[in-house]
Amino acid sequence: MNVNKKLTPMKEQEPHERRNNFFEVPLGYTKEEAILEASRCLQCPTHPCIEGCPVHINIPAFIKAIKEEKFDLAIDIIHESNLLPAVTGRVCPQEEQCQAVCVMGKVGDPVGIGRLERFVADLDLEKRRKGEVTVPKKEKDNGIKVAIVGSGPAGLSCAADLSRMGYDVTIFEAFHVAGGVLVYGIPEFRLPKAIVEEEISMLSKMGVKFVFDFLVGRTRTIQGLFDDGFKAVFLGTGAGLPQFMHIPGENLGGIYSANEFLTRVNLMKAYKFPEFDTPIKRAKRVAVIGGGNVAMDAARTALRLGAEHVYLIYRRSREEMPARAEEIVHAEEEGIEFVLLSNPVRYIGDEKGFVKQVECIKMQLGEPDSSGRRRPIPIEGSEFTIDIDEAIVAIGTTPNPIIAKTTEGLKVGRHGEILVDENLQTSVKGVFAGGDIVTGAATVITAMGAGRLAAKSIDRFIKGEI
Amino acid sequence: MFKILRKEILGPEMVLMELAAPNVAKTAEPGQFVVVRVYEKGERIPLTIADFDRTKGTVTIVFQKIGKTTHLLGTKNEGDALADVFGPLGNPTEIESFGKVVVVGGGIGIAPIYPISRKLKSKGNRVISIIGYRAKDYVFWEEKMRSVSDKLLISTNDGSYGEKGFVTDVLKRVLEEEKDIERVFTIGPAVMMKAVADMTRPYSIKTIASLNSLMVCGMGMCGACRVTVGGETKFTCSDGPDFDAHLVDFDELMKRLNIYKEEEKLSFEKWKEEVK
Repeated sequence: MNVNKKLTPMKEQEPHERRNNFFEVPLGYTKEEAILEASRCLQCPTHPCIEGCPVHINIPAFIKAIKEEKFDLAIDIIHESNLLPAVTGRVCPQEEQCQAVCVMGKVGDPVGIGRLERFVADLDLEKRRKGEVTVPKKEKDNGIKVAIVGSGPAGLSCAADLSRMGYDVTIFEAFHVAGGVLVYGIPEFRLPKAIVEEEISMLSKMGVKFVFDFLVGRTRTIQGLFDDGFKAVFLGTGAGLPQFMHIPGENLGGIYSANEFLTRVNLMKAYKFPEFDTPIKRAKRVAVIGGGNVAMDAARTALRLGAEHVYLIYRRSREEMPARAEEIVHAEEEGIEFVLLSNPVRYIGDEKGFVKQVECIKMQLGEPDSSGRRRPIPIEGSEFTIDIDEAIVAIGTTPNPIIAKTTEGLKVGRHGEILVDENLQTSVKGVFAGGDIVTGAATVITAMGAGRLAAKSIDRFIKGEI
Repeated sequence: MFKILRKEILGPEMVLMELAAPNVAKTAEPGQFVVVRVYEKGERIPLTIADFDRTKGTVTIVFQKIGKTTHLLGTKNEGDALADVFGPLGNPTEIESFGKVVVVGGGIGIAPIYPISRKLKSKGNRVISIIGYRAKDYVFWEEKMRSVSDKLLISTNDGSYGEKGFVTDVLKRVLEEEKDIERVFTIGPAVMMKAVADMTRPYSIKTIASLNSLMVCGMGMCGACRVTVGGETKFTCSDGPDFDAHLVDFDELMKRLNIYKEEEKLSFEKWKEEVK
């Protein structure tokens, strides 16, 4: 059989251009490129890709539709399992999920499933912009009220499925826009906010209600939601509590959590200050601490805000970095300077209270720890300093404690994560949870998978089956 | 959108607004705050809840026009609407039957100290209120404060009304005269709260300060409002805003309040040009 073993390339903005703007880096497939890539799918009967996808999109079927140029059919197939394909096609780590198990991967590159998903999703958005909207089919309204707390990926996919089942769904969101990490966390150049908004607007068209500026735990307790007539509650509030290292000088001016830095830039559009009112420090020499996707996002954002040097300080080596390979490459191409096997021990400030240096210690790798990664051990006497005027701490987040603190009987684990059973039901009857608030910081698509599972469980709970 | 139902000028650059925010009003408690965004391109600023009315579904904010956002907010009138009023946020002030208590409010901080005093009084405490203003023109809510206080003491920096001097001068006398003060509550500029904390420390009277850190999210997800309390990093928005004033690193708080001084100036200057 004569199949092309190579992934059809996708055009990207050149590194020297894109490091100065917030426009999207990968530019997407053309119709011809998409059809070419779709024809690489073997339509194998085992289709391991479907199992590899946390929301179980019927991947061979939608790819076949693309190959046959039935683009409307392709989007309908995707929408059955996923209402945010323009998002997931961009931000999923497909190389670890659907594409990791693609049969084509055994003889060459796996099929570019994410790129194809993005292609049909973008086509659909274009149609929607022209007013041609196809709202997914729904069961008859049953009038039963369900509350979704948090409008991130978990909450949105739970809401979409419950709405399709006929429930009267209200999403309560603390911020003034929907999307959670999709709007405050992931930068514009990886995921344009206009696209997130367009994708989410599909849910409103389906009848899902959004209430903003509403912090469950403060504005209303969970009990308060039941008192207001909701029959079940889904908690999808994410892992929004930033971790700090608790080293000297960490509260100096110019030191941000990645959450704060990215929220200012992405949600509040501080990169357009003073057109927008939220300020951000425009630093020349920036240290980003961490090696995950959030660290890459923060580093690349700092660069786009005009930094001359962005140092990514990571305590392990490049091989252990948890960030997506693609993002590490993007960061490197744009000129991010990696300071590996190094860990900050303190920050040094000036007389006005702003950071001016970070002191680090060199590390060596020891035996593997419980996560299977080799444990970094400081090398005594190897301290060195780097001159900086800004630092961004991207060493991870844990679940926000407000709901756990204000809900009687809600059981949480050691890291503040909400404990759930196999149906994603918490220790409080009728309260379900999923996404990062259960797992700790993970991916957009696993949160969406949890949202879908919770929707099924809520339906069974309301029907008295669990 | 959140409608402005009532606007009142309290003094030079000081404005009160009563906002329609039924979700906030339903659960608001003294000591809590809201995060307000005026319009689409606006920033999020924290403002302490100065009063609330559960039946009317309103919350009252009081602010001083300092920079762009507060000036812009000050241009809004009855019938206009704000983009966001988010809350109630933070932990309510812990109020029990303590016995004799002193509340110390300075300037705009007198507004949020009012609902706290009201609740203290309703719990049977003997409330001694010390309120301080810059000058006579700035005096507001004197009668409201009197109605919830057993004793009300007023000072102005220039002596144009009440006693001449700072609230701490009055507090010093009260601490010497009154022997059985169980607790002190203070809201005002950081420098004032620091002075209050320094003054009560030798008397070992538990003193609670409501901190006014810079904030972005207001719900504990960003850490912009972090502050050192007893050597540990705390988030003012979710762990506070009330903290034991004797444990707060006020010098760090004051430095952090100045982080965006240049940007704030730039933004304000640009706005003044635009509205000229």
